[in-house]
Amino acid sequence: MFIRGSSGSGKTTLLNLLAGILTPSSGQLRVLEQDMNQLSNVARDRFRADHLGIIFQQFNLLPYLSVLDNVTLPCEFSKRRREQSGELNATATRLLEDLGLTNAMTTTSITQLSVGQQQRVAVARALMGKPELIIADEPTSALDTDTRDSFLDLLFSEAEAQGSTIIFVSHDHQLACHFSRTLDLQRVNPV
Amino acid sequence: MILLKLTLLSLWNRRASLLLTILAIAISITLLLSVEYIRKEAKASFLSTISGTDLVVGARSGSVQLLLYSVFRIGNATNNISWKSYQELAANPLIEWTVPLSLGDSHKGFRVLGTNQDYFRYYRFGDKHTLEFAQGQTFSGVFETVLGAEVARKLGYKLGDKIVIAHGTSKVNTALHADKPFTVIGILKPTGTPLDRTVHITLEGLEAVHLDWVAGTKINGYNLSAEAVLKKNLQPKLITAFLVGLQSRAAAFRVQREINDYKREPLLAILPGVTLADLWQALGLFETVLRMISGLVVVAGLVGMLTTVLSTLNERRREMAILRAVGAHPRHILLLFILEALVLTLVGCLIGMMFMFALVYLARPWVIAEYGFYLRTWLPDLSSLSLVAIVASLALVLSLLPGTIAYRRSLQDGLTIRT
Repeated sequence: MFIRGSSGSGKTTLLNLLAGILTPSSGQLRVLEQDMNQLSNVARDRFRADHLGIIFQQFNLLPYLSVLDNVTLPCEFSKRRREQSGELNATATRLLEDLGLTNAMTTTSITQLSVGQQQRVAVARALMGKPELIIADEPTSALDTDTRDSFLDLLFSEAEAQGSTIIFVSHDHQLACHFSRTLDLQRVNPV
Repeated sequence: MILLKLTLLSLWNRRASLLLTILAIAISITLLLSVEYIRKEAKASFLSTISGTDLVVGARSGSVQLLLYSVFRIGNATNNISWKSYQELAANPLIEWTVPLSLGDSHKGFRVLGTNQDYFRYYRFGDKHTLEFAQGQTFSGVFETVLGAEVARKLGYKLGDKIVIAHGTSKVNTALHADKPFTVIGILKPTGTPLDRTVHITLEGLEAVHLDWVAGTKINGYNLSAEAVLKKNLQPKLITAFLVGLQSRAAAFRVQREINDYKREPLLAILPGVTLADLWQALGLFETVLRMISGLVVVAGLVGMLTTVLSTLNERRREMAILRAVGAHPRHILLLFILEALVLTLVGCLIGMMFMFALVYLARPWVIAEYGFYLRTWLPDLSSLSLVAIVASLALVLSLLPGTIAYRRSLQDGLTIRT
C-alpha cells in the first residue's frame, strides 16, 4: 500500500493515527480489526508495540545501542513479538544477513554505518517479531536512486516472507509502481 | 530490565559531558560526608579530652565552669581547695589515685599548671591514650618544667631552656617570677587537647615562686633566692582542683555524693564525661550551621545535574520518538529520566565516598603527627549511607521535572521527529 501526499497533506497525522499516537476526534478508526477509539493510551501503546513496525525517514537508530540491540529493541517492549521472534539474536542476525549486512557490520557502531545501511537496520528492526503492519514514513528520501530500489526490493521480499503489510508514505510518485495499492491523500483530503 | 540498560548505555554514550556533572555531585557529597565526619571526630575528640578520669573535684561552682578551668584551662576558679581537705578526701578507700591541679599563673599566654608526677602517669585522653614524651622526661626537681607540644613549637623551646613564669593569667605580664626560672626537662607529644597549650610545673615549684608574695603582689624587701626557697617548707596549702580515679567506676556516684556533701568546705565533684556532653550540647548550633551549609552545597550539585539533563532534552527528542515508535509508553520515558538522575547521583555518591575515604586516609597520619587529633579512618557507615539515600531521593524528586517535560513532549510529538 502506497500513500502519496505532498507536505501538509496529512501524511504524518495519518501515520500517528494508525500507530495509535493520536485518536480521531470524530469518526471511527479500525486498525487490524481493532477499534482504536476503544483502546486506552496504554493499550494503544501496547498495540503499537505488538503489531506495528515503524521505519522513519532517517536517524532510526539509537546511537548508543549496538546494531543487534537496535534490531531487537521492539521485542523488549512487546511480549508478543518476542515470542514470535524465536531466539532473538539469531533471528536478528538472520534478518540483517538477508538485508545484506555482514556480521562484521553488526558489531560496529551505528555511527559508522552509511545512511543506506542504517535504513536497512531499521527495516530489520521493523520486521522483528513479524508485526502485521509495517509503517514506513519516507524511508527512502535520504537514499540515492540505486540504493533506493535495492532497499525497496529487500523490504518487499522480507515483508512478504513473513506476511507483513507495508504502508509506505511518500511524496514521490515514482515509487508507486512498486506497490499493489496506491492512495493519493490529496484526492481523499483536498486541503 | 531494558529501561535500565537503555539508561546506562545512553549515559555512557554521553559520558564526556556528564563527567563534570558527576564530579560536581561527587565533590558535594564529599563535602557533606566530610562535614559529618569532622563533626563526629570533633565531638569524639572533644568528649575524650579527658578519659579514664572518673571525677573532677573543685571548689563549689558550676559544673561546666569547673570543667572549663580544670580541663580546658579556660576561665578561672572562684575558690580553692585546702590541702588538708584534699588529703582527707584522697584517703577514701574507693579512690585508686588522685592528681592535684593548681592553676593561676601563665607563661606568655599559656597557662601554667602545677601538679605532680602522677599527672603523667594517670592522665588519659582520647581512647585511653597516655601522655608521651617527645623529648626528655617528667620533672623531678622543683624548678623543672614539662611543656605541651604547642607551647614548645610556638615559642621554639628545647630541652635545657630556662623559662620564667608570670603571675596571673593576663597576657600582658608585668609581674614576673623572674628570679626563679624553670628549666625545660620534657616536651610532650601532641595530644589534640588543651594539654598541648599547657606549661606543667611541680606544685612545689609553684609554691616556691609565691613564697615571697602575699595577696598577689611581691612584698618589697622580702626576697628569697631560689636556693633559699628550697630550704623552706614547699608543701602547698591550697590547690585548685584534683582528678580522681576510682577502684571501680560503679562507685562514681557514691564518691561524688560524698564529696558534694563534704562538711569542711563546699566542694563540687563532676563526672567529666557527662559535663563534656552537656557542654557539647550547648555548642549544638555550630553543628546545625555546618550541616545546613553542606546540605546547600549538595542541593547546588543536584541543581547542576538538573541543568545538564534539561539542556539535553532537545537533542534527545529523536531518541524519545524512536522509543515511542518501538512501543515505549510515555511513562517509560518518564522512568528513563528518573533512572538517569538516580544513576548519575549514585555514581556521584560512590565517587564522593571514594574521595572521602582517600582524603581521610591521606590526611590522617599528618593530622595525628601535627595536631595530635586521633582521627579514625573513614568508612561508609549507616549514617553516611542514609545521607546518600536522602540525596538520592532528592535527585529523584528533581528528575521529575525533566521527566515530566519529556513525558509531555512525547505525548505531543508522538512519532514525529522534531529537531
